[in-house]
Amino acid sequence: MKMTRRILMGAAAGSFLLSAGAMAQQTELTFWSWRQEDKAFYQDAIKKFQAKEPNIAIKFETYAPENYQTILSTALAAGRGPDVIQVRAYGNLETIATPGYLLALDKQTVPELANFPDAALAAETLRSDGKVYAVPFAMQAQLVVYNKKIFQNAGVNPPKTWDELMALCQALKAKNITPFANGTATAWQNETIVGGLLSSMLGKQFEEDIVSGKANFTDPRFVNALAKLKDVSQYFSPNFSGVDYPSSQQLFVAGRAAMFAGGSYEVANFKNQNPTLDLGVFPAPVLKAGDQALIATYYDGGYAVNAKSEKKDAALKFVRYLATPEYGTAFTTALKNLSPIKGIKIEDPITQEVAKLAENAMSYLMLVRFRYQEPSGSVLLQSNVQKMLAGQQTPEQAAAEINKGIATYYKPFQK
Amino acid sequence: MPVSSKQARTWKHRSWVAFLVVPPVVFMSLFVVYPILSAFAYAFYEWRGLARGDFVGLANFKEVLFGATMAPTVWNAFLHNVYALIALMIVQNGGGFFLAWLLYKEPFGFRFHRIAVFVPVVLSTIIVGFLWKLFLNPNFGIVNQALYSLGLDSWAKPWLGDSSTALGALILANAWHFVGFPTLVYLAGMQRIPSEIIEAARLDGTTEWQLLKNIVWPLVAPSTTILFTLLFIGAFNWFEIPYVMVGLDGSPFGSTDVLGLVFYRTAFGNQSASIQNFGLGSALATLIFLFIVVFASMLTLWLRRREIQF
Repeated sequence: MKMTRRILMGAAAGSFLLSAGAMAQQTELTFWSWRQEDKAFYQDAIKKFQAKEPNIAIKFETYAPENYQTILSTALAAGRGPDVIQVRAYGNLETIATPGYLLALDKQTVPELANFPDAALAAETLRSDGKVYAVPFAMQAQLVVYNKKIFQNAGVNPPKTWDELMALCQALKAKNITPFANGTATAWQNETIVGGLLSSMLGKQFEEDIVSGKANFTDPRFVNALAKLKDVSQYFSPNFSGVDYPSSQQLFVAGRAAMFAGGSYEVANFKNQNPTLDLGVFPAPVLKAGDQALIATYYDGGYAVNAKSEKKDAALKFVRYLATPEYGTAFTTALKNLSPIKGIKIEDPITQEVAKLAENAMSYLMLVRFRYQEPSGSVLLQSNVQKMLAGQQTPEQAAAEINKGIATYYKPFQK
Repeated sequence: MPVSSKQARTWKHRSWVAFLVVPPVVFMSLFVVYPILSAFAYAFYEWRGLARGDFVGLANFKEVLFGATMAPTVWNAFLHNVYALIALMIVQNGGGFFLAWLLYKEPFGFRFHRIAVFVPVVLSTIIVGFLWKLFLNPNFGIVNQALYSLGLDSWAKPWLGDSSTALGALILANAWHFVGFPTLVYLAGMQRIPSEIIEAARLDGTTEWQLLKNIVWPLVAPSTTILFTLLFIGAFNWFEIPYVMVGLDGSPFGSTDVLGLVFYRTAFGNQSASIQNFGLGSALATLIFLFIVVFASMLTLWLRRREIQF
């Protein structure tokens, strides 16, 4: 190890001596990410940054998403790792931030933090010290994506209320169209379906009550919403309990189903696979007209600085750039994912729609609030909703099981 | 002191043996023994994310075996490993025995079938998993399509989504994948039986069943020993087929959960649902390892006793 370092330092010193006469000192940063598919975009962003900071060079390296956390953590544990790190949010951020691998950011070092809404910063904040450890990069939302052409041909409009949704599904089914492409065989799809379809019925007040401990998951708002989900599941793809995530995506992409309850990130993905699709989005239907329609939002992750980096100043400069509206606009335009930075310009019409819907949003509850300890709210929600939709337990039982699991560590539920 | 030529030969011999033995021993220690021991050591610590925390003694083991959160999952998974072991013992090893007997009798085209039955073993498990996932797709998979075309509509099921069939489907996919291995081992065992013994039995007028039960089965006992021991180890380390076909969660709702999946989720986290805990993961890995070592040794000793020398 030491040997390699010596050789590297020797080489660096040598190249420095050679180039010293020609130009000012160059700092080279390394930047790690799991977004292999966004490589071209990041190279471009780096170029734009270098136009402002010609003395900082950045080496962008990607790893497969399923191995990223392992590779990154091994490197960090060995006291190395990149200078700038793309990190995840919430519980997954804590596994890296808690041991002190990341540099805490504040308004002095990164004044651009003011460009972000509080919820976005909260996603990159360590609960134990209340400090922000990364600059957030994308907001995602759970909602309903629909195929405009199918809706037009069937003469229907996006539903506002739950009753309208049920009537719409019935009308589509009568025309031999599968209303929802969704399947439940892939466990985490159950959580996205809940977020996409039930958020408006749960409501912001429910989230507030859960957080303050005034209500728990046996609350009628939660149980009734689950019952409605069971009700609408008759309109999911045929044999939905055996339909996994890729199969349900294919069903929608092939234009054989009218709606897909899931993430806003699906839109760009669907369009890539079938550019002829004309898509729209709508929020979870409300119980009765006049209620507030909501989508469920969360933040994907952020850009952090390695606490052990020897080039913190340069790394901070780059991270500050990644927090500017200029970068956010480029990010949103190129990747069709909504940047959380305030004051960005959005060109893509669906991303515009998502941004507008995001003004009325609750948290993607289990990820944002209960994915820090085991059994995580996500594990409980996914398996119990899956079981309920398979007809093996009632909504009351599902809610009770979820509550029981979270109550093992969540103080407000232990009363 | 003069060295006799005999001593010199022993010395030469010994250094030659050392030359052959030392590299693999070093290699094994570095890449097998050391990781196992370090995993064992990790299990005694609390982990805060990726940083090792305080020494906690046996707390992780206690949580894995008896804790309110972890233990129900672990025991549920363990039970599924036991089911898989029993079912594969019957379907995979038992099926292999009968297939071997058919091939042993050299029916028409046996050379082709001997190869055909072994081909799936050569395929990558990932490919086999995806293949069976496609076969079992409820809407366009060939299994349900075949049932529909036979008019057996009520038999068609979302195989991997139904908690009563999912584990069975994984076991059958695994058996399809590996049945060629016990077949070949048993076939080799049968071909080792002196043909006089079988001919003598035939002359005495034994039925086919008596021949199989009283002569062939006892005489292929060495094959049985190795196959059952390997299956035992494989069943409790089962991971690839479940991972590819139902994912890390043991979907639907834990009905296909096995120890390998629980270990992976616990140690490395499941990006879409849970966070990682190295201590608990290492404790579980250590327990699985000890369980396999102890029981596989006992099983081997017990099976060895029924082998007959001939």
